[in-house]
Amino acid sequence: MLAASNALLINGAYLLASILFIFGLKGLTHPKTAVRGNLLGALGMLVAVGVTLLDQHIVSFPVMIAGLVIGTGIGAFLAIRVEMTGMPELVAVFNGFGGVASVFVAGAWMLSGGDEGFKEGLVRGARDLIGVENSAAQIALMQGTIAATASALIGGVTLLGSLVAYGKLAGVKWVPEGEFIPAQKILNAALFLLGIFLCYQSVINPDNGLFFLGIVLVSCILGVTLVTPIGGADMPVVIALLNSYSGLAAAATGFVISNNVLIIAGSLVGASGLILTSIMCKAMNRSLANVMFATMGPSSSTASADDVYEGKIKSTSGDEVAMLLETSRRVVIIPGYGMAVSQAQHAVRDLANLLESKFGANVDFAIHPVAGRMPGHMNVLLAEANIPYDKLREMDDINPEMDQVDVAIVIGANDVVNPVARTDPSSPIAGMPIIDVDKARTVIVIKRSLSPGYAGIPNPLFAADNTLMFFGDGKKAFQEMIEALKEA
Amino acid sequence: MDAIITLLTIFVLAIFIGFEIITKIPPTLHTPLMSGSNAISGVTLIGAVVAAGSDVPILPQALGFLAVLFATINVVGGFLVTNRMLSMFKRKG
Repeated sequence: MLAASNALLINGAYLLASILFIFGLKGLTHPKTAVRGNLLGALGMLVAVGVTLLDQHIVSFPVMIAGLVIGTGIGAFLAIRVEMTGMPELVAVFNGFGGVASVFVAGAWMLSGGDEGFKEGLVRGARDLIGVENSAAQIALMQGTIAATASALIGGVTLLGSLVAYGKLAGVKWVPEGEFIPAQKILNAALFLLGIFLCYQSVINPDNGLFFLGIVLVSCILGVTLVTPIGGADMPVVIALLNSYSGLAAAATGFVISNNVLIIAGSLVGASGLILTSIMCKAMNRSLANVMFATMGPSSSTASADDVYEGKIKSTSGDEVAMLLETSRRVVIIPGYGMAVSQAQHAVRDLANLLESKFGANVDFAIHPVAGRMPGHMNVLLAEANIPYDKLREMDDINPEMDQVDVAIVIGANDVVNPVARTDPSSPIAGMPIIDVDKARTVIVIKRSLSPGYAGIPNPLFAADNTLMFFGDGKKAFQEMIEALKEA
Repeated sequence: MDAIITLLTIFVLAIFIGFEIITKIPPTLHTPLMSGSNAISGVTLIGAVVAAGSDVPILPQALGFLAVLFATINVVGGFLVTNRMLSMFKRKG
């Protein structure tokens, strides 16, 4: 009787947790309600974990409490200490931790034979895949084993994929780009098929742990070989995809232990990651397969850098730009990854405030969906610098107004403002939606050199009649402009 | 068989709810969405808690401990860092 009422209480609490997760995500649809939304999600988690402690299977507390306490300490430390510029790395690491937790839960399930005393029917039940006398317990066992293998497969890819992504984001030099070994795609396909085969073997031989270990090993290798060739500017896609995988791994774990809240939460996150992945791909006009498996490089038909730039580059200085800005009514700043690299967001804010307070200009920020190294990267950096979110404008929203802009300042962005995407159908970035900065009256491009962006092609914007190149570090360039404007 | 179908039904319906809600989230909140949803996916912690707290042999219990550890880092760190980020998003004035 006690067990039955316990089960009712636990499942009711899981339902409540699921509802809180859904309302939590709903809160994220507007910056005003977002903080409360996140707290609702956290509350849901507290309810779910708290009530799980009443589970009658839990008899040994010390080990579990130790894990909770140490984990809370490490998680809080990481979350409080991280700089906003380090956010892509942290998100990558947390994705990986979610993945590895799923692998460990699946592993514990496999080793304990399902924890429900199904060991009797373990071998027999699973071998009779289409057997005559499958009892409910045997089916439940097989379901658990299938889900455990899936959980391990997805979790392993998520773990190692995230660690490689972290390495790339943190600038670890040993991580190669491009096809680092021959026949990369064939190797990936072979590893994936091997993983599926091992899953099948593991399901029909659930008592042989070697197959399960094999799955973990293969999926970890696959995580490395999948993510390693993908280059810097494609990172937003990879991060979003790994985010989706961490959700799917949690959902698979839900099938292992037949737990609704895991399935619901996992599929919400899986859907979220998939949507972000597709938004990122659309913003580059590339398919997911193209991002994952194709190497991007300059096409032969594209003009060489010398042809595009020779004799047409006009470089400028802080004083000159300041004179232009003094008389500008409408200024738009277009940030890219370079702003994050040079930590220029505070200097950018100071310039925007100065232009608005002293010269009465209207300053907006135009943000391309794939600017930076993860979805929304630029928005977080600018929010950190106290720039109000209604000034952060989406590409489609601001493009129609670009021809009324007096000065457009591009800081550390390249491919996302390259007009070739509109004009040259043979270019590797053909058809990619861009921010139409070239339509502004004057364009200032702040950049260290004329080196090409990720796509490896020259940018005719730099040589356009209305463009001035401001060579140098982003933060220093903004500081020079601010100094000159203060003296004006 | 019924149990699996029920779980699959929940899975599919939750994906639909996810699509409905998440397509309405503005790009400016995409990073907090990733870190916050990632914290939610740390709900694996429930499974981990059961595994670490069960009366099972030492090896699965050790795996359970590691699972609790990583899932807790994911959950606590994820919600905290999302809260930090979101509290920076302010309107003008």
